[in-house]
Order: sequence, then C-alpha cells, then structure tokens
Amino acid sequence: MSVAHDDSPAFAGYAHPERLVGTDWLAAHLGEPGLVVVESDEDVLLYETGHIPGAVKVDWHTELNDPVTRDYVDGAGFAKLLGAKGISRDDTVVIYGDKNNWWAAYALWVFTLFGHEDVRLLDGGRAKWEAEGREYTTDPATPTATDYPVVERDDSTVRAFRDDVLAHLGNPLIDVRSPEEFSGERTTAPAYPEEGALRAGHIPSAQNVPWGKAVAEDGTFKPLAELEAIYRDGAGLQSGDDVIAYCRIGERSSHTWFVLTHLLGFEGVRNYDGSWTEWGSLVRVPIVRGAEPGAVPALVG
Amino acid sequence: MSAPELPDLPPVLAEIREDFLAITQPERLQLLLEFSRELPALPQRYADHPDLLERVEECQSPVFIFTEVDAEGRVHLHATAPEQAPTTRGFASILAQGLDGLEVDVMLAIPDDFPFELGLTDAVSPLRLRGMVGMLGRAKRQVRQALAS
Repeated sequence: MSVAHDDSPAFAGYAHPERLVGTDWLAAHLGEPGLVVVESDEDVLLYETGHIPGAVKVDWHTELNDPVTRDYVDGAGFAKLLGAKGISRDDTVVIYGDKNNWWAAYALWVFTLFGHEDVRLLDGGRAKWEAEGREYTTDPATPTATDYPVVERDDSTVRAFRDDVLAHLGNPLIDVRSPEEFSGERTTAPAYPEEGALRAGHIPSAQNVPWGKAVAEDGTFKPLAELEAIYRDGAGLQSGDDVIAYCRIGERSSHTWFVLTHLLGFEGVRNYDGSWTEWGSLVRVPIVRGAEPGAVPALVG
Repeated sequence: MSAPELPDLPPVLAEIREDFLAITQPERLQLLLEFSRELPALPQRYADHPDLLERVEECQSPVFIFTEVDAEGRVHLHATAPEQAPTTRGFASILAQGLDGLEVDVMLAIPDDFPFELGLTDAVSPLRLRGMVGMLGRAKRQVRQALAS
C-alpha cells in the first residue's frame, strides 16, 4: 500500500511533486505501514554511524550492481534484494543519502528500471535531516522479509546504451560532469578515483551542466524557475525533447535524470550509465575536447 | 586462525588481517567502523598546517595523509578524513595502526595490494578498496622521499 503524498507548497511547482517528500513529512510518517525508508550513500559505512530510525540500507556497489557483468542486478536479484529489505511491490519507498542525494537518486533510477511505482526522494537528503538535528539511530533495521515479485528490468525507457547514444546524436545531450572532465583536462571528478577511460573530453554537441547546479545551499532541489533557467534557458532544452544524460559511470547523471524527468517534466529522458568510462574507451566514437560542445559529426560507416 | 597461503605481513597488520578474516561479512563492516572511530586526531603540528598533508586522489572522499620517518628510521603515518567518510577513515586507521613504528624496509616491503586480503572485497567493493591501495602507495612514496632528502 502507498502512503499520502507530501502536499508541501515547496514542491507544488514541480511536474511530479509526488516524487519528493520533505523532512517534516518524513518525520511525521515514520513507521507508517506501507512506507519503507531506504538510505543509499557513497560511503558504505555511513549508515552504520547513524541513520533515520527504521531505514534500511541499499548499497550501490555491493547490492545494485551485478558482481560480474557490468550491469545491474536482474529481476530475480532485485526481487531477492527488495524482499530481504522488507519492501513490497506496492510500498512507498523514500530514498535519502549523502552528497546531495547523489547515490539516492541513482538507487531511485535503478528502482525505476524495475518499475517500482512509488519511489520518492527525501528532499535535502542526509545533510538536511542532520542539519535540523533530527533523530538518528545506530540500531540496524530488522525488516520482515517480503515476497517481492520477479519483474524483468526495462532497459528501453529510462536507460540508454552506447548505440542508443550514437543514434541519438543531433538530439540534446547533457554532460553532468565537472567542467574539467568535460573539457578533457581530466577523466575523473576532482578527488575521485581513476576509473579507466582511455580518452578525455565529451560526446560531441553535449551541453555541460554539472549535476550539482540543480541543488540549493541547503541540499534541497532549487525551485522550478531556477531549474528552468539552468536547463531550458542555459542548456537549451525544449518541451518535447528527447534527452540523454551521462557522467562517468551513470550516478551523477541519475540525479540530473531525476531533475529533468520528475521536477521539470521532460518525458523522454534516458540515463547513459556506460557514460564516460565506456565512451572514453570505445574505438572510433567521436569525441570533442575543450569547453565548447562541438558539432554533431557525420556518422562513420 | 592462520592463513598460511597469504603473504607475510608485519605483525600488527597480520593480526588485523586475521581479525577481519575470522569474522562474518557484516561483522567485518562493523570492525572497519571501529577502526574508523580509532583514527587518532592529527598531531598539532599538522592540524595547524593542513598544507603539509597530501591529498590522496584515489580515495572517494577527501583524505589527507602524511608519513614521516623518525630519527630511529621508523615510520609513522598520520591521516585525516571527514566524519562523513567512515570507510575512508577506517582504511586510514588500519594503515596508521599497522604501519606505526615499522622499520622503513619492512614498511616498503608490504605488498601493494594487501588491502584485497582483508576479506573486505565483497563487503566494501573492489573500487572502494582501491582507495586504500592508493593510500598505501602514497605512504610508501612519501617514505622514499623522506629517505632521499
């Protein structure tokens, strides 16, 4: 069963306000039947240092990724994971995490691949909950296992593969990495590990909109008008556009996918999770270096 | 529990490895968390001069380390990382404890990839463990520089 939406006026302007809840709402609804709170962080131990009471942990490295193939878990794996976390198919899932919900948005995007219908983000994530001095516990959650159905992953709607990107050239691309990665000065985010791209730069014609631009000082999403200024006026996106977002391994671009899809209401947004670690190592795909997006190339062959 | 198939490590590191390998995966995370809490504060001379510390780019969260060789030729590693990065703090803490007081040759002989022998690969993920490999690499380079100067 799902729980009531957060009707806060702060979210009213967004295309899909039901995808967000505020900290007040969450504090008031904790423990309600049908609600499962999920924490998803970059740091695999952060949950253990203290988390929202009752929240379960989902780790992107060890639980959402397939351990062998570079892919996500399959339908059976996802069913097993969610069953163990005590999540039912019709539950409301609220995800929050560190780093402005960077990894929380990634988890939400993976939940979307499996069509989990009611999945929301806690606006402001861990940082806001903490800044407001709200309750944390170190008691691990003890969920009652559920029988989550095996649902095949839908890779065609919100996910793009490299061939999809090639076919998409000429349509809007958003590169959400740092300006240094975009221009090709470096292949990794500042202070992040080298993840093995052989070439530096960006996909031709991509607009560079670092993901963090969508976030206000307090970690919440910026209001609609500011987001419109960034993505419509700034990056030139127009209603009806099909958009592909990418970053380094698809995590930061999940955050932008969320903004474009659920806050701004674009309907054809896909996340290219292969992202730069794949594109930057592919043989003969076009690459542009420098701060300018560059022209759409004539396709080879 | 001995692990004869694993390469030799200096005694404290070997003991840490044994401790990790003797427990279950969830317990290993808890042990790493305990290490993260044990990371000592920086000595005042570094706390006042964060510019003396070197940032380890391989790590997901900002971590700064400084390795020194004392007058007796023994190694000491100092590190600082944010409270919000307990995994990184745990890695640094293992190194700070495991390397402390080692003779330079012994420290430099530690296998570069020993972090992968701690039994944390499944619990933490290989990518994250590479952050610890990077820290050890930095520490060794700093020791070599200290010897050369």
